[in-house]
Amino acid sequence: MGREGKNPQTTLSAVWNNPAIRALVVQALVLIGVVLLGIYLVDNTLANMKARGIASGFEFLGRTAGFSIATHLIDYEEANTYGRAFLVGLLNTLLVSVVGIVFATVLGFTIGVARLSNNWLISRLATLYIEIIRNVPLLLQLFFWYFAVLRNLPGPKASIDFYGVVFLNKRGLFTPNPVFGPEIVWSGISLLVAIGFIVCLAYWSRRRRDRRGHSLPVTTISIVILTGVPVMSLWFTDFPIIWELPVLKGFNFRGGTTIIPELVALTLALSLYTASFIAEVVRAGILSVNRGQSEAAYALGLHRTLTLRLVVIPQALRVIIPPLTNQYLNLTKNSSLAAAIAYPDLVLVFAGTTLMQTGQAVEIIAITMSVYLTLSLAIAAGMNLYNRHIALVER
Amino acid sequence: MSQYNLIDNPNSSNRPPVINVGIIGWLRHNLFSSWTNTVLTVVAAGIIYSLFPPLFQWAILDADWSGVSRESCTGKGACWVFIKTWFWHLIFGLYPVDERWRVVLAFGILIVASIPLFIPWFKYKALVGVFLLIGFPVLAYFLFVGDILGMPLVETPLWGGLFLTLVIAGCGIVLSLPLGILLALARRSSMPVLRGLSVAFIELWRGVPLITVLFMASVMFPLFLPEGVNFDKLLRALIAVTLFSAAYMAEVVRGGLQAIPRGQYEAAQSVGLSYWRMMTFVILPQALKHVIPGIVNSFIALFKDTTLVAIIGLFDFLGMLQVARSDPDWLGFAPEGYVFGGLVFWIFCFGMSRYSQYLEKEFRTESQ
Repeated sequence: MGREGKNPQTTLSAVWNNPAIRALVVQALVLIGVVLLGIYLVDNTLANMKARGIASGFEFLGRTAGFSIATHLIDYEEANTYGRAFLVGLLNTLLVSVVGIVFATVLGFTIGVARLSNNWLISRLATLYIEIIRNVPLLLQLFFWYFAVLRNLPGPKASIDFYGVVFLNKRGLFTPNPVFGPEIVWSGISLLVAIGFIVCLAYWSRRRRDRRGHSLPVTTISIVILTGVPVMSLWFTDFPIIWELPVLKGFNFRGGTTIIPELVALTLALSLYTASFIAEVVRAGILSVNRGQSEAAYALGLHRTLTLRLVVIPQALRVIIPPLTNQYLNLTKNSSLAAAIAYPDLVLVFAGTTLMQTGQAVEIIAITMSVYLTLSLAIAAGMNLYNRHIALVER
Repeated sequence: MSQYNLIDNPNSSNRPPVINVGIIGWLRHNLFSSWTNTVLTVVAAGIIYSLFPPLFQWAILDADWSGVSRESCTGKGACWVFIKTWFWHLIFGLYPVDERWRVVLAFGILIVASIPLFIPWFKYKALVGVFLLIGFPVLAYFLFVGDILGMPLVETPLWGGLFLTLVIAGCGIVLSLPLGILLALARRSSMPVLRGLSVAFIELWRGVPLITVLFMASVMFPLFLPEGVNFDKLLRALIAVTLFSAAYMAEVVRGGLQAIPRGQYEAAQSVGLSYWRMMTFVILPQALKHVIPGIVNSFIALFKDTTLVAIIGLFDFLGMLQVARSDPDWLGFAPEGYVFGGLVFWIFCFGMSRYSQYLEKEFRTESQ
């Protein structure tokens, strides 16, 4: 009652207790703090760079790199520029990521399903695999495959021989390499025609089903056409593919494709590790589909395949896809561990060798980070689109 | 007549067919229920047979356990002499032998102080928790670094082995949780500037691999500071690991915050709690309880990720394994080294995941 005389609107505490004003003040303070910190860091960095004589800017990308790279998907030699080296590193990162993702997906789905198997032995084996692999650091596994397994393999003369076609030794994995004759163009064209035909067929069959209520066995027809047409065209053109086999000459294999041991080790470690996580994702997805769903489908008279295809898998995928994409992203980011065993990926080539030679830490780390960041954000955006596409539509 | 047995004579000794019960029934049901199942069983048995007996033979039966040099190893099985010789280096790194008691003492205090947390009837858990989170790190810092109370200074480049791994993981865990909570609160806040900054921070760290963050810490942090100020390699790695895992922690905590119904916020506000009181006493206790599995998973990931500091030249447990493996006296024992290292990491990570399952169960019964 003693406060009656004061107008609460004018006191300082009233202003401070006004949430809108308080929010503004807090935000302004935080913003000023962040900007000041930024200015301080940038200022220090510029001063330090000047003191140490480090150049700035991105001109170094056009200068000659002068180092060699063990494996490259595009032509590269020492006389090429740092920019080209960056591209080589980026492609190597993408290569190991894509290969790793394919293997990890296949293995992960297999193990995930195996863990749910009725077979006691199989499900225990899958559990054992998951519990062991998930709880050991990836870098340690990578070192194990590289230093303990691949580096301990015999030399070229005593290679491990897979039916005389594929060879594995200390220097890497040697596989046959297809050499195409000029007539292969016809097979390519026929394959494209076959794909076009199948697309039209699928569209027409769906229209027909909507009209008449029963569909054609499109999948079977597609498989027949997709394998039949190219094989026929290969046969007509007298099989213009020659498999160039790796042959032991002197101290090493010649011919064929050489996959360096670093790549083998990295792919092995990444896909085995990620597979254990994917297996858990798949298991969670399958378990998330209520049993009543498949029972209802059976009650409607759908047989097993159709129940799986139309009822169980679409619902499981809705749960599986987001964490699965996350695992793919993790695998891509983890591929940067390549630097530890000297596989020439983006980090080793660019944030390692190029940084050593030019000393332009800020630019190089910024480029490297933004490559990964772009990759992550792009995949995340794609995933969000897909999620919206398959999200439940409430009626 | 047998189908009437149940009615005619309830005490009849007719049992279910022998192939449906007992071991045979179990086998039939779980391993040989159909022909595909039988094939799978055979395949699994094949895998087990080709994997485990040789492993057992290598690691236990043919292994060499005693001796002091590589001559004691016959080469048939695993050479655990290698691990034995390097054992204390793998634990302490290059920490001076005479000062190792300090590390042992600190971890001893840690273990003794955390025992009460596992005793259900112990009342002063909060007090112990405060000591563990605030008092203990200070104590441990002075014990590890020394240069006080007559203990000689031990520079951080000498730190190594499992000790260093635990230091990095421990600091990362203790620092990244509060930082992550602050980031999550900022991301959920209604102030656009705070929200934007926090989203940018979280997405930046989550979008890049830890190794680039560590590279950044080792080459760019020195540029950030005024000339002449140089700070420790270990501290740089610690900052990098903490910032990195705080971003992941923030997302986990945000999940918990989102799970709290709006009524809880409104109720807290209507009894006149300020923002911070509402968060500390009402929202966060519930939110954090929801996401304990996620938080422990982040801890496990952080623990495994600490191995990456070996790449920027710190000799953590894995770094020491690399040193041991490339010692000219012990070349060629990489498999033993990595198997041992894997086992140690596995025990820690598996233990943590089991503990999180235990906590989950504990809290679930409490709320029922």
